[in-house]
Amino acid sequence: MAEPPYRRPRRSDDLGLRHALGDRMLPLLVAAMAFLAALALAGSAGAAALVRHWQEGAAAALTVQVPTPAAPAAAPAEGERLAAVLAALQSAPGVAAARALTPAELAALLRPWLGTAGSDPALPLPAVIAVHLVPAAPDPDALQDQLGRIAPGTLVESHGVWVARLARLGRSVQGCAWLVLAVVAAVAVAVVTAATRAGLAARREAIELVHGLGATDGYIARRFARRATWLALLGGVIGTLAALPVLGLLAALAAPFTGPPDLAMLPADLLVGLPALPLAAAAIGFVTAQATVRRWLRRLP
Amino acid sequence: MVRLEEVSLQYGNARRAGPMVLHDLSFIVPEGGFRWLRGPSGAGKTSLLRLLHLAVRPSRGRLFVFGSDTGVARRAELPALRRRIGMVFQDFRLLTHLSAFDNVALPLRLAGRPEAKVAPDVAEMLRWVGLSARMAARPAALSGGEQQRVAIARAVVGRPSLLLADEPTGNLDDAQAERLMRLLKEMNRLGATVIVATHNAALVARHPGPALRLEQGRLIDDG
Repeated sequence: MAEPPYRRPRRSDDLGLRHALGDRMLPLLVAAMAFLAALALAGSAGAAALVRHWQEGAAAALTVQVPTPAAPAAAPAEGERLAAVLAALQSAPGVAAARALTPAELAALLRPWLGTAGSDPALPLPAVIAVHLVPAAPDPDALQDQLGRIAPGTLVESHGVWVARLARLGRSVQGCAWLVLAVVAAVAVAVVTAATRAGLAARREAIELVHGLGATDGYIARRFARRATWLALLGGVIGTLAALPVLGLLAALAAPFTGPPDLAMLPADLLVGLPALPLAAAAIGFVTAQATVRRWLRRLP
Repeated sequence: MVRLEEVSLQYGNARRAGPMVLHDLSFIVPEGGFRWLRGPSGAGKTSLLRLLHLAVRPSRGRLFVFGSDTGVARRAELPALRRRIGMVFQDFRLLTHLSAFDNVALPLRLAGRPEAKVAPDVAEMLRWVGLSARMAARPAALSGGEQQRVAIARAVVGRPSLLLADEPTGNLDDAQAERLMRLLKEMNRLGATVIVATHNAALVARHPGPALRLEQGRLIDDG
């Protein structure tokens, strides 16, 4: 009877790397790195979005304080100071809307500092006008001069100074997030290097044999790199997917600042960055394994 | 084909020198030549075969294989030379996770032979060494003699220009040893240079031929 033809296993593994580079520890460690990287990426994207949000809000708003609002304006024909300032604001170019806060709103604003005393009508409080601007907003200093002429002592407060400080804080958070990403990438390189070295030690005899049979450094390095790339990609996908619920939770926590939580509302750079994480993990696996194996092989003649 | 000019081999490295195992060897084995390699245990036979297999570089002197000065050749040039050398190791050195078929196929695949052309040659070689029924078996499931035959099949499947064998009959019965010698002679007749290290005096007596004799790492007879 004719013997059955020998069938080669579908997946060739000349060096036995399926055992030497196991499919548990390396993907698990890379998954942990990808999870941390996803959080850092979200931190960076979130900080960037907040900075943008604050800056857009600050550029679109002013607060105007009018002391002794009921006193006559500089030009008696203009009536009370508050009404004169409001009228000037509403006709000023670049102002979308100007509205004086009600005494109740003013008291609510002051409550953290003055308690219920803020509601005392005997307290000489300035009137406060909330001004919303269009994109081509007027220069706050020019506006201050104009309003000061109508009602001396009127104060125009741009939100820019506070927002500039907050933006600096946001950018610092962003910088920290990028630093964390760099550290995570460095640790991932170290993890892949250690796993590859362990694989080299475990398969030393097989490597020396195929080297003796005429295998090039590239052939051996490709075998390791292919395995490490697959395992790192697997770990990257697992870690990124594991981070999604946490990112959803963070988005819910940030909702008061950024709007209602929704995956589609995540910052665009995060939506691009998250799918790129497994690819970055795979690239780290490939390059690190190639470099480690080629360096190791230099000890052979 | 193989030319040694005052070749010495010392194991170890620059920081920690090991023992000098070969001293000032000079000989030539011409293309298509046959040599027995003889000498007592520890004489340096295996070290000389390792040198010829390009597993180590000479510490001193010049070693020419296929006309290339292997002591100074670039690393990148050596794999192509190694692919023209077949080696039967004393301890077989089969890859334990691969079947007999895949062990024998390894040199062909490393040489870039298309898979469709690998199978017929490997099957033929395994049939020749009497293992056509054991193609899928892994080394752990094979006897010592069967492993030896797989190692022999792997060494010759690529029709090497230089065939080196280190005690190739150590695990074979007389009939298998004779069969192996016929294979080596046939390869030699077809143009391969063959060097066989052995302790088996009876085998040498049955197949007389020129011999290199080593003692304590020195060549004491060349012919």
